[in-house]
Amino acid sequence: MRAFLLRRLLLLVPTVLGVTLATFLMLHLTPGDPVTIMLGEFASASDVARLRTELGLDRPLPVQYVKFLGRVLRADLGSSIRSRRPVAEEIRERLPPTLQLALAAQVIAVAVGIPAGVTAATARRPAVDSAVVAVTLVGLSMPTFWSGLLLILFFSLTLGWLPITESEGLRALILPAVTLAAPAGAVLARVTRASVLEVLRQDYVRTARAKGVAETLVIYRHALRNALIPVLTVAALQFAGLVAGAVIVESVFARPGLGRLAVNAILSRDFPLAQGIVLVVASMYVFVNVGVDLVYGVLDPRIRYR
Amino acid sequence: MATVSDTSTPRSSASRLRTMRPILRRLRSRPLVIAAMGVLVLFVILAVAAPIVAPYDPIGLISGAVMRPPSWEFLFGTDELGRDVLSRVIHGARISLQIGVITISIALVLGTMVGIAAGFYGGVIDGALMAVMEILLAFPQILLAMAILAMLGPSLKNAMIAVGLSAVPVYARTARGTTLSVRAMDYVEAARAVGAGDGRILVRHVLPNMISPVVVLATAGVGIAILIAAGLSYLGLGAQPPTPEWGAMLSESRAYLRNAWWMATFPGLAITLVVVSLNLCGDWLRDLLDPRLRK
Repeated sequence: MRAFLLRRLLLLVPTVLGVTLATFLMLHLTPGDPVTIMLGEFASASDVARLRTELGLDRPLPVQYVKFLGRVLRADLGSSIRSRRPVAEEIRERLPPTLQLALAAQVIAVAVGIPAGVTAATARRPAVDSAVVAVTLVGLSMPTFWSGLLLILFFSLTLGWLPITESEGLRALILPAVTLAAPAGAVLARVTRASVLEVLRQDYVRTARAKGVAETLVIYRHALRNALIPVLTVAALQFAGLVAGAVIVESVFARPGLGRLAVNAILSRDFPLAQGIVLVVASMYVFVNVGVDLVYGVLDPRIRYR
Repeated sequence: MATVSDTSTPRSSASRLRTMRPILRRLRSRPLVIAAMGVLVLFVILAVAAPIVAPYDPIGLISGAVMRPPSWEFLFGTDELGRDVLSRVIHGARISLQIGVITISIALVLGTMVGIAAGFYGGVIDGALMAVMEILLAFPQILLAMAILAMLGPSLKNAMIAVGLSAVPVYARTARGTTLSVRAMDYVEAARAVGAGDGRILVRHVLPNMISPVVVLATAGVGIAILIAAGLSYLGLGAQPPTPEWGAMLSESRAYLRNAWWMATFPGLAITLVVVSLNLCGDWLRDLLDPRLRK
């Protein structure tokens, strides 16, 4: 067990280094001169020179990377070109509403997706199964920037149940969270359905049935326990995807958050800010991945020996 | 070289026909998949024939017809500037088709090249290429696309490139996996034994035999690519006004939601219809090629 934990944590090092390297190279792989792009063509030579020094672009590449790493380790992501504020500060301000949205969406996706998948897999009538599969297909295929607009149109403008202008509080979180949860819930339902179907074919389920265990008990005690392990993995892996997907939903509902910060960074060609956001979200993704792997190893001893 | 490909053409088309027949028979029991294919064909026709089919100019303003609700004159209504929404949706099909073709071509071609090179040559090449791919896989796709867009600058062309490139690692991983299994086949060794060079083995033996899982991935990938590209346009990072792109149209409609529901309805319906159809076909194709998943 300890060896497994250690090996998995050691594997984290090259991945994190890789992610920082990729983020670092964003500036250098940009076609054209990033400083000119950021300041515009008519910037004065002294401004260009100053920004070049500030970004350290006048030094050799490996030196720049080591400096970049050192700064990242001290949680220093540089300053935004536009607002002149520290990038880390901007991100820290905008991250909580985004995490809140992603977390709420995750809860909804799990609470709806998993029971839906189990229902589909264990339904006696094929119509129920088909209905769930059809709904998941639509959930997967509907762009969130459309389903969000439809929800606003229906619940806020037509029925007047929920606010559209507020961005604070739980009531304002409902529609965006549902919008963001739809595709994730659909994926979860599909994975759950496939996983339960797979487990129900296993010998130990047949054994349980043969010795006369009631069907509900077979499903809940024997099948679900094993079927849910891969489902929970997918659910956890979805989380960072939800953070990235929140970009669009935040824009639909005009919520403040990391998404809008990212869009503005790209539109105004603010490289340090864009790099900072990419680095933070990608690192979250990596750490969640490893966390899932560790939990997976604890839950299922077979994994450890792979 | 030419004679070889000449003699092989009739044989391979005949064998293709033979493998097609059971597929077509199985298709008959899946009316939804047939309907989805019909929808896709319809959209392709609309895309190609957009200038002929669309009743109005997609970017031309019709004077005195601002924000008209759907009617016989304007089936999908008109927008805030007096443009016909139906015509814009039809021209939007053209842009989405372009997005689908371009992004998947980038992902498929680059991903397959990387995957084959890594799987076939192994060793240092494999290690280096796959290390880069693994790093890129550490980014959620939409984030990777946004990062590439941050480098290239926002525009529809760059959005397509970004979405295509952001999908490369997934294709490369699949391509590498299937290449590894094909490389171990006897016919590859046989080809080598009769003196075939790497290039010939790659093109004549490895490529045709490793490509089908990658193509299945691409079928499912077109829908995702269209969704992400439209999402980027919605954010204002892709197509710019007055381009009749579906995501951009939805973004413009947001401000008029209260007064013009039709502006927000029809472009979204078009995207969803296309992506549902693509997903249906993708699922069907995957089930077909992977019998383990059949219920």
